[in-house]
Amino acid sequence: MKNNELITQDELQEERLFNSSLGRRSFLQFAGASAAGIALMAAGCRKDRNYGDTSTGATLDFKDDFGVLNYAYALEQLEAAFYVKVASAPPSTFTTAQKAYFQDIQFHEVAHREFFKNALGTAAIGSLEVDFSSIDFTSATSVLGAAMAFEDLGVAAYNGAGVRIKSTDYLVLAGKIVSVEARHAAYIRDIISNGTFADLASLAPLGAVNASGLDGALTPDKVLAIAGKYVKTKINVINL
Amino acid sequence: MNIVNILEEIEKVDGEIYERLSPRRNAMKDFYNIGKKISLAALPLAMGSMFQKAYGQTNPSTVNDVLGFALALEYLEWNYYNHALTLANTTYIPDGAPRAAITTIRNHERAHVDLLKGALGITGADGYVYADFDFTASGGFADVDSNYQTFLKVALAFEDTGVRAYKGQAPILKGNAVLTTALQIHSVEARHASHLRQMVAANVTGASGLKPWIAYSANGNDTGIAAVDAVYAGEQNTTQAGIQITGINGTTVSQSQAAECFDEFLTGAAVKTIANLFIKTGKKLT
Repeated sequence: MKNNELITQDELQEERLFNSSLGRRSFLQFAGASAAGIALMAAGCRKDRNYGDTSTGATLDFKDDFGVLNYAYALEQLEAAFYVKVASAPPSTFTTAQKAYFQDIQFHEVAHREFFKNALGTAAIGSLEVDFSSIDFTSATSVLGAAMAFEDLGVAAYNGAGVRIKSTDYLVLAGKIVSVEARHAAYIRDIISNGTFADLASLAPLGAVNASGLDGALTPDKVLAIAGKYVKTKINVINL
Repeated sequence: MNIVNILEEIEKVDGEIYERLSPRRNAMKDFYNIGKKISLAALPLAMGSMFQKAYGQTNPSTVNDVLGFALALEYLEWNYYNHALTLANTTYIPDGAPRAAITTIRNHERAHVDLLKGALGITGADGYVYADFDFTASGGFADVDSNYQTFLKVALAFEDTGVRAYKGQAPILKGNAVLTTALQIHSVEARHASHLRQMVAANVTGASGLKPWIAYSANGNDTGIAAVDAVYAGEQNTTQAGIQITGINGTTVSQSQAAECFDEFLTGAAVKTIANLFIKTGKKLT
């Protein structure tokens, strides 16, 4: 453990923070609950650094935005791990264009994962251990089916969690990500069967309403129940 | 406690901070006890929302304004597709998969119109009809009613604008049940955009490299269609919440992938400027 090092950094941050006075401009930035705000306040939370302990699983505490962000972080970890594995050895029937786009998707998900990790800082849960034993990575059908399931579920997860987000900045960020997941979902669905990019009737189990032109939206407990088969790490949910 | 120091610093530049945070005197007592009620790690977000309540009250927008704005955009999209599909000479939209895809999208836009009308309690005729629009954008897309390529270009501009428009309105709906519905429409528009990008790539001259997601371009516009620059302004952004996404944490995330993996929002004003290019005088959005 690097606890000593962390505490030293914290103390340095604290010193910097409280020796300089807060101008109005910097205060207004701070009020936006930006990532800088997290770094700032993380300085004061060394007693509560009990997230990210993989030995007892990961805890998603939905009492505040950190719970929602960690939830997104967990899902992005899962997606990234899947696409990293696909991109490392794509099914042999993938076309050159498909391989290139799966590379793109891989890096999109890796970027999302790393973004949440950095934004959460010390509040981040640990790395999840995945279980992809149900997926045949040599089969295009199996890989595409799993990719579609991940993307459609990701869209429904963000859509369902948005209303829980209290910070405007993070609500917008979730919105910036979810539409990219929807672009992925549509692309993958079109490979499986051209024209199914927005087959909302098939998405009814994820909360979509075809008659109203609405995509999926699921609460975190339902999403995690579906995603559970791909995760070995025990995920505890509290204050949902 | 640290947080008290912060408040004292703030008080030096804003003497009314305590009043802004809450007009009720006992609110501050709760605030001093905050550490017992929420974990210290949650403080920045709790403080952020507290301060936003204090300072963020100037936005006069209401939920119904947002829904009405969204409805106008859905009218535009629905009339565009419906006209193209029902026009006597729309042989320029090929039968089979292309016509089926446009029909799917048209039907979703109609469903959105009906949903939003219902949410706003509008029971009468549509607020916008085909005659209220000029889909040539004053001649900029003169052959939009006869040329498949032009039709697809305008359709893509509408869908990518729609995605950005809903995203930009989300903060006004924060915490409201309506937000979930808006997000469910938002991601459907993104699915449409993804598919239309593939249709554009397959059919529009010079656009074969267009991706389902918005790739990096110096001015944000990856479509090569200069007339729609405003639709993509800002999409070149690769920094999110102060975090540089290109090469983040030692990964090989490229500049383009960094721009692609976060879609940007447009302000209501920017969306109205784009939409008004296609709306006739007298019915323009204000």
